[in-house]
Amino acid sequence: MVNFTINGQPVQAHPGQTILEAAQEAGITIPTLCYHKDLSPHGGCRMCIVEVAGARGPLTSCTTPATEGMQVVTESPAVIEHRRMILKLLLSAYYDRGDNKDDGRENELLHWAEFYGVSYSEFAAKEPRYPVNSDPNPFVWVDMNKCILCSRCVRACAEVQGRFVWGLENRGFDSHVVAGSGVTMLEARCESCGACVAYCPTGALDNKMSVGAGAAEKKVTTTCTYCGVGCQFDLNVRDNHIVRVTSNPSAPVNGMRLCVKGRYGYDFVHHEERLTEPLVREYLLQGKERPHGDRGPWVQVDWDTALNLTARKIAAARDTFGADSVGVLTSAKCTNEENYVMNKFARQVVGTNSIDHCARL
Amino acid sequence: MTNPMDDVAAHSQAMLVIGSNTTEQHPVFGTMLRQAVLKRHAKLIVADPRKIDLTEFATLHLRLKPGTDIALLNGLMYIILEKGWEDKAYIAERTENFDEFKANIMNYPPDAVSETTGIPVEQLYEAAEILATTKPASIMWAMGITQHTVGVQNVMTCANFQMLLGNMGVPGGGVNPLRGQNNVQGACDMGGLPNFYPAYQWVNQEPNQKKFEAAWGVSLPANIGMTVTEMMPAAANGKLKALYILGENPIMSDPDTNHIRHALDTLDFMVLQEIFPSETAEYADVLLPGVSFAEKEGTFTNTERRVQRVHQAIQPIGNARQDWEITQEIARRVIELGSRKPSDAPHAAWNFTSPADIMAEINALAPSYAGISYERLDRGERLHWPVKDAEHGGTPILHVGKFARGLGKFAATVHVPPVEMPDNDYPMLLSTGRVLYHWHGGEMTRRAEGLMEVYGQSLVELNPDDARRLGVNGNKRVRVASRRGVIEAEAWVTDRVPPGMVYANFHFPEVNANQLTIAALDPIAKIPEYKICAVKVELVK
Repeated sequence: MVNFTINGQPVQAHPGQTILEAAQEAGITIPTLCYHKDLSPHGGCRMCIVEVAGARGPLTSCTTPATEGMQVVTESPAVIEHRRMILKLLLSAYYDRGDNKDDGRENELLHWAEFYGVSYSEFAAKEPRYPVNSDPNPFVWVDMNKCILCSRCVRACAEVQGRFVWGLENRGFDSHVVAGSGVTMLEARCESCGACVAYCPTGALDNKMSVGAGAAEKKVTTTCTYCGVGCQFDLNVRDNHIVRVTSNPSAPVNGMRLCVKGRYGYDFVHHEERLTEPLVREYLLQGKERPHGDRGPWVQVDWDTALNLTARKIAAARDTFGADSVGVLTSAKCTNEENYVMNKFARQVVGTNSIDHCARL
Repeated sequence: MTNPMDDVAAHSQAMLVIGSNTTEQHPVFGTMLRQAVLKRHAKLIVADPRKIDLTEFATLHLRLKPGTDIALLNGLMYIILEKGWEDKAYIAERTENFDEFKANIMNYPPDAVSETTGIPVEQLYEAAEILATTKPASIMWAMGITQHTVGVQNVMTCANFQMLLGNMGVPGGGVNPLRGQNNVQGACDMGGLPNFYPAYQWVNQEPNQKKFEAAWGVSLPANIGMTVTEMMPAAANGKLKALYILGENPIMSDPDTNHIRHALDTLDFMVLQEIFPSETAEYADVLLPGVSFAEKEGTFTNTERRVQRVHQAIQPIGNARQDWEITQEIARRVIELGSRKPSDAPHAAWNFTSPADIMAEINALAPSYAGISYERLDRGERLHWPVKDAEHGGTPILHVGKFARGLGKFAATVHVPPVEMPDNDYPMLLSTGRVLYHWHGGEMTRRAEGLMEVYGQSLVELNPDDARRLGVNGNKRVRVASRRGVIEAEAWVTDRVPPGMVYANFHFPEVNANQLTIAALDPIAKIPEYKICAVKVELVK
């Protein structure tokens, strides 16, 4: 282990570990913007600079390995002044039209600006430089006016998703993030996984389906309904509606990763075609024979009517033709508990082993 | 999967992906495979007739002819034995039936295998060397291995391969089928199969039958029931009279749709418990509104046997009810009606008050789930079954030190051509599957606006050579016909598919590939041969 001090406090680091990582493990906060623990260190925003005794100038703690005997100061007056200057410069190129200002999520740039007393109203740009919502991707909202060039999206796309959609174009004040060589995201082979959105610290990239949807009243961690990987995420809920899906960094299988269906395929839940009442065919209520071909019109009934009718039909088939005249198809979409009761229903209640689901299909 | 995904992602030095379009069908695991290649230079071999996206990251793409997986793997094992690369100590200590297996492998010399599979001999040698000399190596597959009339033989061949190299029961190794649905693993684990009680206890073995009779207070049938692929013909010929379907859509997902329509039409009674009026609802007599994943509590079991919690985020929509409650209500009423009343027994009753109650009964009756509780899961414990009791920490890797059956048994597997190969009348080969932006029968994803914006109509993949031959030029509308049905769709002209092959999906009712597929089944698994049937393709003028 490497022994060194931060603000006079003894700290240990693994060989090769950066000052920032060691500080975080020791519970010491160093402000960051371009850093994310899942991504390769970039050292671009310079928010994480610290003073190191004997060094010629401030060093970026996200890229500097801790060494034996190092003496680090994280909040000296000079460092604070540097950070304030960085924040002023970033804000001077930052324009927010306010599309998502009520979504209740933290904007890391504004958080640190406030922390260091850099006035948003004084320093933030007053005019946009880029069109808002500039990419036709149905899931990703692009507003380069809020981009601080931290490149987390570029690295997330390459290092998390492995797709290399985003890059940086031009130099200096004109530099900005582009998809491919300045084409649309989908043309740049984007898979719409939304990793770039999940890692964006300012909302320059955001969830298009959720723009203006407001703040979540609660977040509920659950497991995805699509494939067998078993990703977890947070359903953000407001007024009994899912307003967005957000990555949950502690998701055991997937961490911050999600795919397009997991992150953006949730609106079916509130689709107008959802079944909301039990329905039975009219002929059943009239006690008639089932018509050939088309089974006839649906009639909305109360639960008891539908359940009693169902039970009578199943019991009648079983009692007349034997238990194996009844089949049960359970569901690979449903929970273990729901599948267990279907298995118990087929075997114990009906008395048949003819139960299956779509495992083969 | 015998091995967890993070284990493969972190420890496999070589990976064989055969019959899995991982980046589209298990996208997040697909990203892990990509990063294993990018970050730690793991060697990836993709065996697939299609040039799927993952091939961009592959050391080697073995573009085998569809339906030649056994020939390919046996051919690789021939080379491994020829070079003496097999793990002799592992074979001696951990396996049996090696001699019979080896004698069979001798029928697969490289020249013949190259002829059968279409893969050049040099590539066979290169693949065999990578997989045999880079340890540990894992194999991943999905329906590209199983949806064949030789599906079971294909799987056994993969197992042979990993035993031969000593890759079973070790980190970074294993045989790793990627399960499709979010809880297909759990549905199987919970006895949603005609041959097993929960936790794979055979229904036709007397001790198991006695155990469940004692638990549930009824006499239980000893005969194995019908699979879904057997129920449909049974419905058509009048043997199956009533069907209770929970959250499945056979009209979209079963082979040979016209046959399925006839079968469901013939049923006396069908009750469908669903969240949407699906294509199958047309054939239902009662439609019961259940709830989506966002509205329920419970657990799903993922492809790596990891049990995870599902938490309710919103209240049920409208008058919809919890699915387990609906089943319980029907169960109570059927029992009440009379002819089969359970006697007093520990788990005879239907008085569950919550999913946690149901899990407690699962704990009591399914040994591999004995130690799984909401309390442990909510505490953040990582539980891969088998979890033998409340103290047991679960089993992330199977077959460590010893196979579940004792010795690992080599099987002699033989290449058998698919049932319906292209001929003069139907000269092209159809393979089917899903695409990234949709899910299975499309009931959910066709009702997701953004997904429809990106992929709003079914596309049939067609090789540029075939497109030229058919005169596809500007007008890309094609008619694809098999002996069972016909669909019309837009062609996606792409070299993802080799000449002579088309690929279609079953996400859209009007262009459903299952109008075309054949209900030819694997004799053991009863899985349909979705990956191969014969079709003809014409330009729609």
